[in-house]
Amino acid sequence: MLEISNLHVKLEEEDKAILKGVDLAVKAGEVHAIMGPNGSGKSTLSYVLAGREGYEVTDGTATLEGRDLLGLEPEERAALGLFLAFQYPVEIPGVGNMTFLRTALNAQRKARGQEELNPAAFLKLVREKAKSLHIDAEMLKRPVNVGFSGGEKKRNEILQMAVLEPRMCILDETDSGLDVDAMKLVADGVNALRGPDRAFLVITHYQRLLDHIVPDVVHIMADGRIVASGGPELALEVEMNGYADILKSVA
Amino acid sequence: MAVPALKIDGAEVLLDAWPEPAGEAGWARAVRARAARRLAERGAPVRRDEYWKFTDPTSLTAEPALPAALLADDEKPMLDGADQLRVVFLDGVLAPGESDALAMEGVEIRPLAEVLATDITWARELFGALEERGQVPVDRPLAALNTARATEGLAIRVTGRAPRPVHLVYRRSRPEAEALVRHLVRLEAGADLTLLESGPAAARFNSVTEVEVAAGAAFHHVRTQGRDHERRAATALFARLGEKSLLKSFTLTVNGRLTRNEHVVEFTGDEAVAHVAGACVGDGEFHHDDTVFITHDALACESRQVFKKVLRGAATGVFQGKILVKPGAQKTDGYQISQALLLDETSQFLAKPELEIYADDVVCSHGSTSGAVDEDALFYLTSRGIPRRSAEELLVLAFLDQAIAEVEDPGLGDELRERLAAWLERRRQ
Repeated sequence: MLEISNLHVKLEEEDKAILKGVDLAVKAGEVHAIMGPNGSGKSTLSYVLAGREGYEVTDGTATLEGRDLLGLEPEERAALGLFLAFQYPVEIPGVGNMTFLRTALNAQRKARGQEELNPAAFLKLVREKAKSLHIDAEMLKRPVNVGFSGGEKKRNEILQMAVLEPRMCILDETDSGLDVDAMKLVADGVNALRGPDRAFLVITHYQRLLDHIVPDVVHIMADGRIVASGGPELALEVEMNGYADILKSVA
Repeated sequence: MAVPALKIDGAEVLLDAWPEPAGEAGWARAVRARAARRLAERGAPVRRDEYWKFTDPTSLTAEPALPAALLADDEKPMLDGADQLRVVFLDGVLAPGESDALAMEGVEIRPLAEVLATDITWARELFGALEERGQVPVDRPLAALNTARATEGLAIRVTGRAPRPVHLVYRRSRPEAEALVRHLVRLEAGADLTLLESGPAAARFNSVTEVEVAAGAAFHHVRTQGRDHERRAATALFARLGEKSLLKSFTLTVNGRLTRNEHVVEFTGDEAVAHVAGACVGDGEFHHDDTVFITHDALACESRQVFKKVLRGAATGVFQGKILVKPGAQKTDGYQISQALLLDETSQFLAKPELEIYADDVVCSHGSTSGAVDEDALFYLTSRGIPRRSAEELLVLAFLDQAIAEVEDPGLGDELRERLAAWLERRRQ
């Protein structure tokens, strides 16, 4: 599904390398987790894959189902089925959540040559998805993320994911700022979307999210590279001993 | 200080350009003479005047007016609806053949010339009165010209709840036609009227509306100024608000080479509310100026000024907004916000917020910002599959929405939003 090879990225504005040769392959149906200390390049990886400006790819490739991602605009990547759940979802005053979702869904459908969804069908779809995430009608009516609590913002990300039905979902520290109940709700939402045609890349600082979204593979990232990969037990090791031991053992 | 000869000469040119109205009642002639004298003495506006330094008035005062190409407009008319009383002005002249009959329950509505030829108390009390009050402390020479010379327009007196909005439709047929239009609106105690205005009116349009809102009355004003690119307009709305009355005025401006919209509002009764708002979208040769002066001279009144401008291609936006709180106007609640969204490096926004407060128990605040489209928001939207241009349009509409939200009628508000969205989309294609 997602193939990243020897990816090198630096900041556009300054001569600072962030990613220094990332290799990663996520197959359809799999859930991979990336863990790592602050500043290791986890979030940068997610932004570069989603197409945020400000980064320069100096070497390497990233493909989604064989299609080169790095030359595409963010909206083209989304239409191919890539989705990034933001660590800090952006507040957009004046744009209604429903308008936003409908515009996004129909833009993606249009880009894929599918027919746009009519308002009634769209409404039904959103209501259905929102219900399982405990998102009420009032929240859907409000401007995108404006006045939402941390938990509401993250649930809204998962709602977008559920409505847009991407093939490749990247979750960037979706657990940050969530209490246990909120995290469980979010995890349930993600688990409901797991399936043989969809893959997940879960970026997290702590192991606790992985109790709820159990990964197939865990990667440890440090200083712009993936330095260790293993099963879920790798996450537990981090939880027990911190990153220092692992980083020492691979140094 | 002596008024410069340039201003005095300019006033003469303005007054000479329009014939002195004939056949009017003595009181009207006296009002006209006073306004003409005021203009002659105080002079025409020039760039050096404090309130014209951001907006060059030359093209509003030079004779003759520059022609403006007529827009080939195939769209359905703005603010249109079956349930309204439509009054059409063609090149600034009332067109009875294209208008509805000037009759509606609870509303007296007549051509201006008719009331100025007779002795009608309410019209005599209103015509020129609010304009004259509004000349202090800031000269408004184009409004004085209007009082001295305008013969076209309507006189509307509302005694109850107007069952339908009155819609003034300004059409153009000649590229060079200039227009001078004056409306008088009086809302008696507890009355209610929605006044709609749409269309570009003329190559150069000088419009003044005087509105007296008596105790407990409500006046809603929604205006769109047409999309003719080359037209110029100087409009002024003078309003006086009685106790617990309401004024809401919203203007949408899209295109137009030069627009100066003035609002001069005075609270004379306690606990009244006035909201003045505007949204404008300009690209290229576009200069848009909102100049607002709100005087609080009563207790516990609320004023809001909400102005949003979207500018591109060397377009210019101007906001000059003042709140004056007179001694004793305690519990005043005054607020103004003026914001510009600059879609490129060449456009500019000039803002001059002013607060002048002589009471100690008031809440007054103002804010003014100008900035580019929020890149974080843009990335968020595009990352969900929305193409960049559509995302930018969504953000432009969102930016304008705070001003459009001042339109109380949800149907009208939605129409404005839909039109704006369609225009933005059309420009993209």
